[in-house]
Amino acid sequence: MQYALSIFLSGISLGGQYALIAIGYTLVYGILRLINFAHGDVFMVAGLMMVYLSTALPLWLALPLMLVLTVALGFAIERAAYKPLRSAPRMSVMISAIGVSYLLQNLATYITGGLPKSYPELPFLSDSVVIGGVSTKWVTIVTPFLVIALVFALTQLINHTKVGMAMRAVAKDFETSQLMGIKINSVISMTFVIGSFLAGVGSMLYFSNYPSIVPLSGALPGLRAFVAAVFGGIGSVPGAVVGAFIIGMSESVIKGSPFSIFSDAFTFALLIVILVVKPTGLFGEKVTDKV
Amino acid sequence: MLRIDDLRVNYGGIEAVKGITFEVPEGKIVTLIGANGAGKSTTLRSIAGLVKPASGRIHLQAEDITALAPDRIVSKGITLVPEGRHVFPDLTVVENLKIGAYLRKDDLSHDLEWVYSLFPRLKERSWQAAGTLSGGEQQMLAVGRALMSRPKLMMMDEPSLGLAPLVVKDIFSIIRKINEQGVTILLIEQNANMALHIADLAYVLETGRITIKGTGKELLSNEAVKKAYLG
Repeated sequence: MQYALSIFLSGISLGGQYALIAIGYTLVYGILRLINFAHGDVFMVAGLMMVYLSTALPLWLALPLMLVLTVALGFAIERAAYKPLRSAPRMSVMISAIGVSYLLQNLATYITGGLPKSYPELPFLSDSVVIGGVSTKWVTIVTPFLVIALVFALTQLINHTKVGMAMRAVAKDFETSQLMGIKINSVISMTFVIGSFLAGVGSMLYFSNYPSIVPLSGALPGLRAFVAAVFGGIGSVPGAVVGAFIIGMSESVIKGSPFSIFSDAFTFALLIVILVVKPTGLFGEKVTDKV
Repeated sequence: MLRIDDLRVNYGGIEAVKGITFEVPEGKIVTLIGANGAGKSTTLRSIAGLVKPASGRIHLQAEDITALAPDRIVSKGITLVPEGRHVFPDLTVVENLKIGAYLRKDDLSHDLEWVYSLFPRLKERSWQAAGTLSGGEQQMLAVGRALMSRPKLMMMDEPSLGLAPLVVKDIFSIIRKINEQGVTILLIEQNANMALHIADLAYVLETGRITIKGTGKELLSNEAVKKAYLG
């Protein structure tokens, strides 16, 4: 019973952390039809920034500053690496994204010397708590609630504000959106800002649980979050969230079994099964091509 | 109101518009007629700022608007109802109308009422996703959406395309009504007969050049026009 509870707790917190990353993939894909391979590395850089900021500044200042800088990084990546390729074939933009991914990893190696950095202990989040006989950190409990609150705020933004309406319009039709007077570049920047912000929050939660950061720390969580987004139907925010919780939970279950070494293989096997049965993912749209 | 001087536009590697000059006087209905590929759509798209002209000037009143971005053009009071309607299928009817007023920050309720009075059908369906509307209703929505920006000049690209004859008649009578309320219209049509009947001024565009100009009536009785476009 305790064992099941500990699996469950780690599953939902991992799922919540993947969800925050997955939303960044799904929003950008929804608007640009681009898989932003650099997104997982933005998540890693957010973690490293927190490491360095917290040595120089008090935490209450380091944390918001980390979020602001992460948002600025996402914004800058879009402007520098994707915007100039707006009318280029999609493949070129994807290659550019892979390039940015390597650039961030190499930069991280250069700065850290490739040595693992340990994430600062955050008050409250890193404290231990015992629930039903299971000892865990507060971050495990906080994650699902924080994720639900953020996702709720995001869906309100998308469905009930002018910016959100513009995002939905641009996702469907660039040219007609321009005819409405919408500046598509601002809307695209907005999606990168939101995605990076959530990745910043996600990094805070994730690295409080797994406090060792190396330059490749963004690669696997990024990949799993991407799988979660595809699983849920890429382009769909609720899909990404549900997908992430399923991926997180199944990873936790496998990791608690004798087959833990196969957890990533299992994740992908699950993805393949879902895509064979429902090629557009759980919440995917039937028609994804632009007319 | 709108003056086009020696406009040349390359599109898809060819020179689609080869130096055309024409004028749209304030308060009038002006039509450009011509066959497929004559450069009609490209002309409208370059006025709207979607494609950059290779050379030539576009003036709105005294202001040069040639190189402005599409959102700046909209803010100057020019709107384009695109060919094929292009309503946003996932947005509701009322959201489609609101997004037409994207650049406006004032109260929209009067304009919504105005559009609903022109197109009562839209009011009945205001909470429906636009993708569920019929072709004619979508065209009405596209026109209503354009009106929400309170345009001085409304450009329309083939509003009758793919619609049933009765619906086409409706659309044209609405165009007239909108014009009577002070909106200048620049209309391009393959349905030359309908367009010439409502036009104050008409131009014939052939492979990127203007070949004939006159009032709608003059062109209706012009032998060359009759032969080529009225059948």
